[in-house]
Amino acid sequence: MSEMTTTPAAIRTRPSVRERFASAWDSDIAHSFRYSPVTMVAAVVVLLMLLGAVFGPWIAPQNPFDPGSLNLMDGKTAPLTPNAFTGKVYLLGTDDQGRDVFSTILYGSRVSLFVGFAAVAFSMLLGVTLGLIAGYRGGWLDAVIMRTADIQLTFESLLVALMIFGFTRTFIPPGSQNELAVPVLILAIGLAEWPQYARTVRGVTMVERNKEYVQAARVIGLHPAIIMVRHVLPNVLGPVLVIATLGLALAIIAEATLSFLGVGVPPTQPSLGTLIRIGQEYIVSGEWWILLFPAITLLALALAVNLLGDWLRDVLNPKLR
Amino acid sequence: MADTPLLSVRDLVVEFPTWRGVVLRAVDGVSFDLRQGEVLGLVGESGAGKSITGAAVIGLLEPPGRIAGGEIRLNGERIDQLDRRAMRRIRGRRVGMVFQDPLTSLNPLYTVGQQLIETIQTHLPLSPGQARQRALDLLVEVGIPAAERRIDSYPHEFSGGMRQRVIIALALAAEPELVIADEPTTALDVSVQAQVISVLKRLCREKNMAIILITHDMGVIAELAHRVAVMYAGRIVEIGTVRDVVKAPRHPYTRGLMGSIPDPAAEADRLAQIPGVMPRLNAIPPGCAFNPRCAAAFDRCRRERPVARDVGTSQVACWLDDEQLRQPDLAMVAR
Amino acid sequence: MSAGRALLEVAGLRRVFDVSKPWLNRVIEGHRQQFLHAVDDVSFSIPAGRTFALVGESGSGKSTIARIIVGLIAPSAGTIRFDGLDIAAIKNPTELRQVRRRFQMIFQDPYASLNPRMRVADIVAEPIRAFGLLSDSAAVQNRVGELLALVRLDPRDGLKYPHEFSGGQRQRVAIARALAGHPQFLVCDEPTSALDVSVQAQILNLMRDLQEQFGLTYLFISHNLAVVRHMANEVGVLYLGRLVEVAPTRELFSLPRHPYTRMLLDAVPDLVMSGRARTPVQGEIPSPIDRPMGCHFNPRCTLANDRCRQEAPAVRSLGIGSVRCHTPLGA
Repeated sequence: MSEMTTTPAAIRTRPSVRERFASAWDSDIAHSFRYSPVTMVAAVVVLLMLLGAVFGPWIAPQNPFDPGSLNLMDGKTAPLTPNAFTGKVYLLGTDDQGRDVFSTILYGSRVSLFVGFAAVAFSMLLGVTLGLIAGYRGGWLDAVIMRTADIQLTFESLLVALMIFGFTRTFIPPGSQNELAVPVLILAIGLAEWPQYARTVRGVTMVERNKEYVQAARVIGLHPAIIMVRHVLPNVLGPVLVIATLGLALAIIAEATLSFLGVGVPPTQPSLGTLIRIGQEYIVSGEWWILLFPAITLLALALAVNLLGDWLRDVLNPKLR
Repeated sequence: MADTPLLSVRDLVVEFPTWRGVVLRAVDGVSFDLRQGEVLGLVGESGAGKSITGAAVIGLLEPPGRIAGGEIRLNGERIDQLDRRAMRRIRGRRVGMVFQDPLTSLNPLYTVGQQLIETIQTHLPLSPGQARQRALDLLVEVGIPAAERRIDSYPHEFSGGMRQRVIIALALAAEPELVIADEPTTALDVSVQAQVISVLKRLCREKNMAIILITHDMGVIAELAHRVAVMYAGRIVEIGTVRDVVKAPRHPYTRGLMGSIPDPAAEADRLAQIPGVMPRLNAIPPGCAFNPRCAAAFDRCRRERPVARDVGTSQVACWLDDEQLRQPDLAMVAR
Repeated sequence: MSAGRALLEVAGLRRVFDVSKPWLNRVIEGHRQQFLHAVDDVSFSIPAGRTFALVGESGSGKSTIARIIVGLIAPSAGTIRFDGLDIAAIKNPTELRQVRRRFQMIFQDPYASLNPRMRVADIVAEPIRAFGLLSDSAAVQNRVGELLALVRLDPRDGLKYPHEFSGGQRQRVAIARALAGHPQFLVCDEPTSALDVSVQAQILNLMRDLQEQFGLTYLFISHNLAVVRHMANEVGVLYLGRLVEVAPTRELFSLPRHPYTRMLLDAVPDLVMSGRARTPVQGEIPSPIDRPMGCHFNPRCTLANDRCRQEAPAVRSLGIGSVRCHTPLGA
C-alpha cells in the first residue's frame, strides 16, 4: 500500500542564504541583466547618483547653501579654469553667488531623489491598497474607488499636484511654509500618481482572485485581508514594480518642474529643478555651465531610471521570452 | 492505393535554441509514412513532441524552433526546405490544419462565411459567388444545420462543437490531400466529441483524405485512426495498426500507457501505473529515453538508443528481443 | 460514526445566477431579465467512507455544486447537512470554521491551484497554522514532511516552488494541502482532467490508497466516465442543473435508466473496439439560460412524448437508484 518513508528529524523549510544567492544569480532575471549592456550602464548611472546623493555632504568640496562658506568673488567661474580673482579651480564652475556647481548638483540631487522616492512610496502604498480592495471586493467599493481614479485621471497629473500643493498651503501658517514644503510636495506628487497603481493592481487582482489557489485559501477559511496580502499581493507586485520604476522618473521630473516653476521646494533646499531655474537666467549672459550641468544630471537620472524600468518590464513579461 | 506514400517523413529532427544558449531537441529522429485516405494517429503525453511534429509538417513551427534534420516529402517532393512563399502555397491548398482550441482559432471580428471565403479564394480561382456557394457546401458537409443562415453568423454565436466543425470546414476549404488535426476534440464535451469524430470519419471516407490525428486520448485514436504511432520524449517508440497497438501493445511504454487508461467497461482494483514522469527536453537520459522508468531495462538500454525494427506488423524501438516483446504480460509495470 | 450513515446530505439544492444585462441596457434596449439556473433541485447523500461521483458535461452545474458544498458560493435554496449538522444554520464563525475544517477541496488545474510565489512547504503548512492545529514551528515542519511523504513526494521538495514540479506532482501537493487539516470529506473537482493519462493513473491510485488508509469520503466531479467507473461507488448524472439519474456504479454502467445516461455511455470512445452497437449523439446541449420546457433533455431524446415536453419529471425511485424521467429505459 502506501510506502511511508521515515520522516527526517527536522526538515529545513527555509533555504540558506547561500542557496538564495545562488538561485538568484542563476535566475533568468539576473541572466537577462548581465547580458544587456544598456541596462547595466543605466544601473551604474543610477547607483552613482544614489551614492552621490547619499554621501553628498562628505564628497562635496563645499556646502553651497551655507551662505557663510561662499565667496562672491568666486562667482561666475567657468569650469576647470582658474578664477580671475582667487585663482581657485572648480570642476564644474560656479554660479553667480559663488556656489560650486558640482556641490549644488550633489545637494540638489539629494532633494530630488528624496522627494522622488518618497512620492513613489506614498502613491504605491495608497494605490496598491486601494487597487487590492477594489479588485478583491468588487461591488460598490470597487465602483467608488475606480470612479475616483477615473475622475482624477482626466486631469494632467502635474496639474493635480499643483492643485493639491496650492490647496494645502492655504492651511499652513506662513511661518512653517518652508519647513513643510517638502512633505506637502511629496503628498501632492504622491496623490497625483496613485490611480496608475490602483488600476493596474485592480486588474491583476481580479484575474488572480478567480484562480484556484485563492479559492483554496478561501476554503481553508482565511480572512479576506490575509488572502489579499499573503496570496494576491505577491502576485501583483511584478507590474507594480515596473510602474514604480517608471513612476520614479516621472516623480523626479514632476518635482523638477514644480521647483522650476517656483512652487516646489523652498529656496533653502534647492533641487535640480531649482538649479535649472537659476541657471536659465544666465544662458544669455554666457555662463552656460550653470544651466547645463544640472540639466544633464536630471536628464541622465531620468533616462537611466526609465531604461531600468523598460528592462524590468521586458524581463517580467513572459511572452517575450 | 498508390505506391508512393502521400506523406513521407524520415528522421525528422526539430530543435529549439533557448535564450540561454542550450539547444533542445523536441523531435529526435521521427519517421513514418502516410498513405492517401489513411488516418495516422500520433499519440503521446504532454511534451512528447507530437504537436511539434504536426507543426513541422505544415511549416508552422514557432521560431526559434526549426527543422534541424531529416526530410518531409509530400507526394515525393520535399517540403521541409521550401521558402515561405512556396510553403504558403502548400499550406491550406495541399495540407490543411485543424487546431485545438475552437475559441481562439476563429477571428471573432469576421463572420464564419467571410473567413471561409477568404480561405477559399486564397487557394482556388473562384469568383466571390462561387466561393460563397462552396462555403455553403462545406458548412453543410460538416453538418452545420441551417447553413444558409449560419454562414453570416459570428464565431461567438456558435457552440463549441459547431465552432470545431467550422474549423474543420476551414481546413477542407481548398480540398487538401492531407489534414493535420491537432487535438481536435480535447476541448469538447464527450457527446460533442463523438459527433466531431463521426464528421471526421465520414469526410475521410468520402474524400479519401489522409489525416494525421494528434492527440493524447487513446480512445479517439481507437475510434478514428487506422494506424497509430506512439511518441515518447520526441521519439516514436511503436508504430502499427490501431488494432495491434491497442490490443497487443509491445513496447513497455505503450503497455504502461494502455494499462493506465481506465476502462469504462470494467472495474479494476488498481490502475497500472508507470513510475516517474516523462523527462523534460533538457534532461533526456542517454540510450533509450524510457529506460529510467522501464522495469525491463537492462544495460544496453542505458547506453544505446534503440533502433526501430519490425516485430510482426508493427515497428518497435526497443532492445528487448522479439520473444519478450510478444509476451502478453511482461509484468513490467508497477501494480 | 457508523459506516452506513450519510456524512453529507444535500437536499433541494438550487443556485440561480442573474446574468441579465445592466439595468440601463435593459431599459433602453428592452431586454428581459435573464437567469442562469446552474443547479436545479439537486438532492443526494454520501455515506461515510464512500465515493460519490457527479458526472456531466458543460452547463451541467457540477462545478457549481462542488463550490456550494465547500462554501465558496452560497446556494439560492436547499440544505446541506454535514454529519447531521445543517451548515447554513451555523451562525457562529468559529463553529462554522470547525465544521469547514472537516471538508476540503482539490481543484482541477494543478497549475493554478498553488500560489506560485509560495514554497511548497508553506503551502502545505498554511492550513495547519490557519486551523491552529500545531503552533510549534518544528512540529509544523515535521507534519509537512509527513504529509509530503504521504503523497509520495520527497519531504525535501518542500523547499521548492510550484513551477519546479510537474502537473502530477503539483496535484500531489494539492492533495497534501487538503489533507493537512485531517478532513473527513474531500470534494475533488476534476482532479485529473488536466493530467496525462499515466500521471492520472498514479494520482487515482494514490487517492484510493488514501481513502482506504484514512477512511475518507469523496465527492468526485468529472466528465470522464471511465475515471468515474474506476473511482466511484455511486454515480449521479447531471444535465443542465438537474440530477437525472443516480445509481450504484455497476448498475449505472451496465443498465442505464435515463436516455441521457445511455447517450453519454454510447458517446464514450470505444477503446476495446468491441464494435458494440451505439446510437449516434443527437443535437447539442442547449444554453443553460434558455432551457427547454418540461424535461430539459426532450429535444434530443428519441423516447420523448408530449408529457416530456410539458411536464418536468419528478425524481422516481427505482429500487437501488433513482431517475428523473417519464420514459425510463428498461422500465
